[in-house]
Amino acid sequence: MKSSAATHVAPQHRAPQPDDPAGARLLSGWYATGAPATLADHLRRHGPAPVAPAPGSRTSMSLVEAVEAAGLTGRGGAGFPTARKLRAVAERGGRTVVVVNAMESEPASRKDQFLLAVEPHLVLDGAVLAAIAVGADTVHVCLPRTRTAQYRQLSAALDERRRARLDPVRLHAHALPHAYVSSESTSLVRWLNGGPARPQGSPPRTHERGVARRPTLVHNVETLAHLALIARHGPGWFRQTGTPDEPGTTLVTASGAVATRGVLEVALGTPLAAVLDRAGGPTQPLRAVLLGGFAGAWLPAEHMQTPLTRRDLAPLGAAPGAGVLAVLPHSACGLTETARILAYLAAHSARQCGPCHLGLPAVAEDFAALAAGRADPDLLSRLHRRTGLLPDRGACRHPDGAARLAASALRAFADDVDRHLAHGACPAAGHRSPLIPVPPATAPETWR
Amino acid sequence: MTPAKALRVDRIACTGQGMCGELLPELIDLDEWGYPVIKDRSVPDGLRTHARRAAAACPLLALHLDARRT
Repeated sequence: MKSSAATHVAPQHRAPQPDDPAGARLLSGWYATGAPATLADHLRRHGPAPVAPAPGSRTSMSLVEAVEAAGLTGRGGAGFPTARKLRAVAERGGRTVVVVNAMESEPASRKDQFLLAVEPHLVLDGAVLAAIAVGADTVHVCLPRTRTAQYRQLSAALDERRRARLDPVRLHAHALPHAYVSSESTSLVRWLNGGPARPQGSPPRTHERGVARRPTLVHNVETLAHLALIARHGPGWFRQTGTPDEPGTTLVTASGAVATRGVLEVALGTPLAAVLDRAGGPTQPLRAVLLGGFAGAWLPAEHMQTPLTRRDLAPLGAAPGAGVLAVLPHSACGLTETARILAYLAAHSARQCGPCHLGLPAVAEDFAALAAGRADPDLLSRLHRRTGLLPDRGACRHPDGAARLAASALRAFADDVDRHLAHGACPAAGHRSPLIPVPPATAPETWR
Repeated sequence: MTPAKALRVDRIACTGQGMCGELLPELIDLDEWGYPVIKDRSVPDGLRTHARRAAAACPLLALHLDARRT
């Protein structure tokens, strides 16, 4: 994905809304200044990270307890409880390792890139606090090789901290080859161990045996930044917003037919329509939103009052995922958009597991034929069957995500499916520039 | 009593030879490319010998019989 260095420019942002009940948390300082935080800015804004004082004591466990009481879950897609991950690594004992997943390979997401650009030290504080809590002496920050500007900026932030002798652990930046599946936690671990940045099937799990065969904690950028704020302000503060089950705020990348594309911070539980309002609202009558990302689901317009939580979205076959909200207007063809995304996902298979390597391109081809109105009579039943055979049959969740997207498109655009089968492609399929920007569907050049 | 067993495929090692589907059709289907589709992970006692034989016959040693987690 050669183009991603160029796409790193910060998205546009709305002005802060002082009466916003969610309050900006991760992005508050940035809203105030509009500039990336240096270490001095960061310390002025947030104060020093509350590093456990007594060496050898178990006081650092209190961070795990605070994170547990706060109810923080991973903000990468899986939504796993952060405290449980911390505890699983801490309980293994010995020297452990922390990996910061800053890959953000989801093409429709910008939130981790943006947060790392504007608040690098909040993210790094979170990584260092997590390292102390689990007994790690090393933190590896993994970025895609293509984002050179981001790498330079991160290196500068690490230098600032080194000069200030801020951290009791070592921090290293790494530039990894970039593919959709290279942001899987097992891909990062495999690459750090000298292998290709491709997913590794479990067992052993990363928290058991990861980098250098040591128990390894992998968290993404946003999760660690939330952790850094919980360490400072406590679980009660974190729970002041969000829902009792899913507390706190989350970052959302709004794109497609909205007035202001960019990264927003919203309380979990905010209705999708209200999230879109924060992005200036749809610019055309809304037909559906792509929720979660390329491995997410299409949600038709009638569900826009659904709160943004895992619990409320699950019955609809959707999830907040990576916080992607891409708006599809009535004038666009959802099948064409889906076909392009599936072609990209198929090209980005790690080609390790048969069902993904062979099944995913087959589903993508069928979908392309459907979108272009070239369907044969067996196409729909074949598409359903092959889509059903993708989940749970890979070393990672890549085929599962692609299947979820394909299945949700067949559901959300059922009328279009019938029309395309009966009369060929709709006018919107051919005569409109794509709505959701999809990187070229070409295989990654290298995995190492 | 021996503990209950569960089937697991090492998806990266598997190359779709299809041997497992032929030796253990009670629990394993094959997709159109010859890769296993596990119908039921848990191995009933009556099929334990068959399952063990299928695992041993996999040329890539990609089929495993694990102790079943309950």
